[in-house]
Amino acid sequence: MVTVTINSYKTNNRAIMVILDVLSRPSGAVGLFLVLLHLILAIISPYITPFDYKLQNSSLMLTPPDALHLLGSDHLGRDIFSRTLMGGREALAVTGIATPIAVAWGGFIGILFGLVGGRVDEVLMRVVDAFLSLPWILKMLVLIVTFGTGMEVLIPTLAFFYGIPVIRVARAATHDVIARDFIWAAKARGHSRISIIRSELLPNVLDTLMVEGAMRWSWMLLAFSSLSFLGFGVSPPNPDWGLMISDARGFMSFAPWGVIGPVIALSSLIIGINLTADALAKSLGIDRAQKAPV
Amino acid sequence: MFLMLIRRIFLGMATIGLVSVIIFSGVELLPGDACTQFLAEDQADREMLAQCREDLDLNRPALDRFSEWSGNAILGDFGVAADGITKISTIVGDRLKNSLLLAFCSLVVGVPIALFLGVISGLWRDRLPDLFASTLAIFAMTVPEFVSATLLILVFSIWLEWLPGIVLTSAGAPASEFFPEILLPVVVLSLVMCAHILRMVRSSVIEVLASDYVQMATLKGVPYWQMVFRHALPNALLPAINVVALTIAWLLGGVVVIEVVFNYPGLGRLMIDSISDRNLPVVQSIALIVASVYVCVNLAADLLTMVANPKLRTIYSRS
Repeated sequence: MVTVTINSYKTNNRAIMVILDVLSRPSGAVGLFLVLLHLILAIISPYITPFDYKLQNSSLMLTPPDALHLLGSDHLGRDIFSRTLMGGREALAVTGIATPIAVAWGGFIGILFGLVGGRVDEVLMRVVDAFLSLPWILKMLVLIVTFGTGMEVLIPTLAFFYGIPVIRVARAATHDVIARDFIWAAKARGHSRISIIRSELLPNVLDTLMVEGAMRWSWMLLAFSSLSFLGFGVSPPNPDWGLMISDARGFMSFAPWGVIGPVIALSSLIIGINLTADALAKSLGIDRAQKAPV
Repeated sequence: MFLMLIRRIFLGMATIGLVSVIIFSGVELLPGDACTQFLAEDQADREMLAQCREDLDLNRPALDRFSEWSGNAILGDFGVAADGITKISTIVGDRLKNSLLLAFCSLVVGVPIALFLGVISGLWRDRLPDLFASTLAIFAMTVPEFVSATLLILVFSIWLEWLPGIVLTSAGAPASEFFPEILLPVVVLSLVMCAHILRMVRSSVIEVLASDYVQMATLKGVPYWQMVFRHALPNALLPAINVVALTIAWLLGGVVVIEVVFNYPGLGRLMIDSISDRNLPVVQSIALIVASVYVCVNLAADLLTMVANPKLRTIYSRS
């Protein structure tokens, strides 16, 4: 009992220390601010938008920004400011659910096979390689075209495909600790594999997985908005930044204000996540630039 | 060394084989087949469907078809598209050529700049040039490609009217006709690519500068620039080979969005069009080509690194 309290106090303390350390770095402070701002806006946006996001007004088609419509209006006369405010909700919801699932299943499989090792591990790595060698957009589009574009398809698809590279990272991180004495000690004490994973490996691999999760999140957002941009993500009239940019692009030569709002919103969110991930990696002592971009 | 080389090549081939199994079984497992898609399921009557399946040889067992398909694919014959007439190798050939052109131009522009900036920001870590390059890299890396492409079109082809913002050349045209239309896509791709390579090179330069043998050289009194060029850089640039390899694979398979934005007739757009049309034979072939490129390029990079670095050679041959 005593050890449990000490442990939980310690981890609690460390979490606070890491957060303070992240905040003390300029990139971390800016990044975290951007991410939190977007999260808050996504939650409260339905209550603060000045206009209904799907209200069409043919007299307002492609009007430039003015005091009433801060960012102008789009080709259907909808208020771009309101749509920009609402445009991140679906993306954040989908990626916010899919990222933890991806990290969890990829991390578990990676740690497990890193621990087991041998032939099974070798075969699994070939399968992972094979999956990684296919372009992400091809894998996802084939599933989306077949099963539809709703959230119930996008979340499992993203979670599945983005979990595969996590397997590799978790496995490599496991290999770094597996030869250490305390693992041998646990094996000698007769602990089961699950218990070794839970109490010996996971605490050591968790840092890497957290940084990995932050990176996956930003890549997933990139993927999601690219899919929306290509017309395979959010279905109209729901607002989404990728879709808005894609719509406004056609009128860019005479109505360039249509792309500005969603471009700034989407970029600031992804940059925010990346800055946070960078600061987090530095605080935890993990060099993330060394990792290859898969 | 020789044994390990054979082992590596064998593993690479095994991966390609596995990819082809995944692609083929993936297409088999999805609901519907090439015929139901081509004939628009609900309208086609049973006889036409049966006739089409007969024509495309879809009635034979899957294993049979797989061995025939993969056997022919090795010889460069990918069969016919879903319409049963067009040969896939002719459709894909032109697109592959265009994609290679785009990839080649981006590499020629991007890699030298990335290496140069990476070394600079590694040597002057946390000073002005580094802060500038690293911040730029974060932006280039994180801003979605279609966003930077859209902004570049807005600035360079709509406001300044310097460069064409869209490619109008047809897929079969010779390479020279793609200039100057190809320039903006090349700029966008080089930007993204630069960012990844730059960050990688920067951190490896920093790591090498902190290593024992560089400090030894400094303490020995080796002049700074000689130390940099003779001792630090050769080792620091080695890991770049692997990143460049990944970049090549990405340039051939992952630039769908850029190709759509600029209307560039490359492999990526063919891929997305084929997926939308449910032209599964073409999708299969593209997937196989792109995956093979990925595996081959990575294999080449691994071997190159091993040849260039005696240390790795011994580590690998021992294990």
